[in-house]
Amino acid sequence: MNAVLAGIRGVAGYLGGVLGADAYTKYLAHHDASGHTGPPLTEREFWRDRADRQDTTPQGRCC
Amino acid sequence: MGTMPDGTQDASTNSSTHGTVRLDDGIVADPSLPPTSVEDAVRDSADRTWTPAKIALWAAIALLGGVAWFMLAVIRGETVNAIWFVFASVCTYLIGYRFYSKVIERYLLKPNDRRATPAEYKADGKDYVRTDRNVLFGHHFAAIAGAGPLVGPVIAAQMGYLPGTIWIILGVVLAGAVQDYLVLFFSMRRGGRSLGQMAREELGVIGGTAALIATLLIMVIIVAILALVVVNALGESPWGVFSVGMTIPIALFMGVYLRYLRPGKVMEVSIIGFVLLMAAIIGGGAVAGTEWGAAFFHLDKVTIAWGLIIYGFIAAILPVWLLLAPRDYLSTFMKIGVIVMLALAIIVVRPEITVPAFSEFAGRDNGPVFSGALFPFLFVTIACGALSGFHALIASGTTPKLIEKERQTRLIGYGGMLMESFVAIMALVAAISIDRGIYFAMNAPVALTGGTVETAAAWVNSLGLSGVNIAPGDLAQTAKDVGEQSIISRSGGAPTLAVGLAHIMQQFIGGTAMMAFWYHFAIMFEALFILTAVDAGTRVARFMLQDSIGNFVPKFKEHSWRPGAWLCTAVMVVAWGAVLLMGVTDPLGGINTLFPLFGIANQLLAAIALSVCLAIAAKRTALKYLWIVAAPLALAAVVTITASFYKIFSPVPAVGYFANNAAFAKALADGKTSFGTAKTQAAMEAVVRNSMIQGWLSIIFVVLSIIVIITAVMATITALRNTAAGLPNTEHEDPAQASRVFAPAGFIPTAAERDLVAEWNTLPAGQRLEKSGHH
Repeated sequence: MNAVLAGIRGVAGYLGGVLGADAYTKYLAHHDASGHTGPPLTEREFWRDRADRQDTTPQGRCC
Repeated sequence: MGTMPDGTQDASTNSSTHGTVRLDDGIVADPSLPPTSVEDAVRDSADRTWTPAKIALWAAIALLGGVAWFMLAVIRGETVNAIWFVFASVCTYLIGYRFYSKVIERYLLKPNDRRATPAEYKADGKDYVRTDRNVLFGHHFAAIAGAGPLVGPVIAAQMGYLPGTIWIILGVVLAGAVQDYLVLFFSMRRGGRSLGQMAREELGVIGGTAALIATLLIMVIIVAILALVVVNALGESPWGVFSVGMTIPIALFMGVYLRYLRPGKVMEVSIIGFVLLMAAIIGGGAVAGTEWGAAFFHLDKVTIAWGLIIYGFIAAILPVWLLLAPRDYLSTFMKIGVIVMLALAIIVVRPEITVPAFSEFAGRDNGPVFSGALFPFLFVTIACGALSGFHALIASGTTPKLIEKERQTRLIGYGGMLMESFVAIMALVAAISIDRGIYFAMNAPVALTGGTVETAAAWVNSLGLSGVNIAPGDLAQTAKDVGEQSIISRSGGAPTLAVGLAHIMQQFIGGTAMMAFWYHFAIMFEALFILTAVDAGTRVARFMLQDSIGNFVPKFKEHSWRPGAWLCTAVMVVAWGAVLLMGVTDPLGGINTLFPLFGIANQLLAAIALSVCLAIAAKRTALKYLWIVAAPLALAAVVTITASFYKIFSPVPAVGYFANNAAFAKALADGKTSFGTAKTQAAMEAVVRNSMIQGWLSIIFVVLSIIVIITAVMATITALRNTAAGLPNTEHEDPAQASRVFAPAGFIPTAAERDLVAEWNTLPAGQRLEKSGHH
């Protein structure tokens, strides 16, 4: 049973990675690693900022 | 900046022929860190050591692939099993990936893992983020794959299965995947610069400007024709209109949920969205079954086209978080799920294919689904899946900013495109698993089929196709099975694929009762991919237009300036909307005349991308390896320029736009009130207008592309002369910086890579990547 759960969790984690669901975790990791002095953006601020930046840097989707 | 040491010729001969460790790359690695790259000598010896097990494995792959190709190409039985398509393609991909892409890596690109990627030296935690190679593979694949590989192979099936299969599989190995790999690598070396910027740097002002204008026009055409595919799939289909229409409120809900209710819960909202989507498909059946639903959602194609144009404008000016981003999540989710499911279904069901290898239309240029001879038109009809220029825009966009190690570009760029090619093969299998009579009844324009089951059956039977004898009842029954009022002349590829997919899936899950669900499920995901591409394409094109106008009116460069943004959006929407309406109202059947233009546009873009790659490659490799780029470029150039010339100069009205224009203009001048498939004078005038516009578009595309190719060849010759004379070439790569991380290159790490990963894992956490970036 544990193996099945781990499998499902792995697939979900992978899909989440492909969708970009882990972007905030990665941002926090980067923030920590790069030794910023100020506090990081909160989760809400981060996603808002991310969406607003996408407004000015559109990414193509292929056919 | 001068030439990089690894950009010169002697570095290449050094590292490759003698297998020596290349330490003259000008990079000073941090001595406190473990190596950031497997030593070249170790990698080479592992590559070149052929253990019996390894020999047996590759011999088995080659043998299986050979048998599969033999079954497809040589054996002429009554039927051929679909599983051979899977084996032939997968084995060829594996061999291409293991052997050919390594040739490109070793002799042309020469990635250096000691060198940091943009995701490392520009790391900002937002746009430039090191991403696990397996995740990035999925991410890149989701960005390049869409409706294209699902549509082209279906249309090309007119000529039988073999020409399309050969082109999809060999085309990707030798051309399509090469293009994606090269563009990704060169863009990564340039900090993730776009194709347009690279063209400007490498080809100069004239070549760069021509490339920019061509890209913009090509995007308009591609968006318009993708939109046409959706319109054709939804016309007179209340179920389809309802369920695809429901994606808009679903996406809006997801957008609000992510923005205000639970920010960042992407996975959660995607699952909610997916459930709602399934409900919309099932609900669509119920709604279309009611009298008011059937009446309200029964829209003709012109109405849907106008709806799509208005929607396209609104969607492109709305903030990304509200509509585009959530639908992108949904589309990605569906994409991966559908493709895995389709592959499973084909492997489990293994349908028997009755379509001949070469059909009666393979040797003719007047097929009803698309007109023109096999060469060059088959090669442009299947663009995505074999060679797609549009990918160059993606490979020089987000992906290079996320890549962790240089050597991973082979997996992501080359491997990702092989995966898309496999999607195209599966679409082909799904489309040819249905009866040929149904195929032609669905894909020929209404002018030929007459629009009713009786006339369509009579017309199909009159074609004299071997083994085809269809009764009107068969066509009516198929329509009933998939829950549609009619399937006659549902051109555009999407409905045919949906019928094929429903046919396969119902044998896998659910039986005949589920066919209507699977049909609308397929229509739904194709529409979802296309709407995302239309939105994103309009946005990207709008920014390109704003930047171009900004060179003359600086105010336009301010992306937040509303009037400028709206004006440029409107210009782009009007441009593709006009082509879309032209296609919808075309008496000759829009897809049939416009689809070649889509393929030509896409592959001209590929020619442009490969030209830029050629100019760059000439600076970093010996002449004898330039064929790796030159061969696919020559192919793309010959195919697209020949196809364009046919479209411009052919005296056959079905093929040449101007010949068609002249024929209809003459008929009008003679005072005829109907001519060919146009039954009214207004329709004849429409043909005159449409063919003139299409003809001029063809001329503009081909002229711009020829300019780009010529400037690229000139840049290439200059670079080769410089190298021969010992002069340095101008190098536009970002300066090399030492990498501070390590990750394996492929899906499965090699023994040396595993050892190195273990060594890195013993490093205390604080010491790994202490300063990855700075603000």
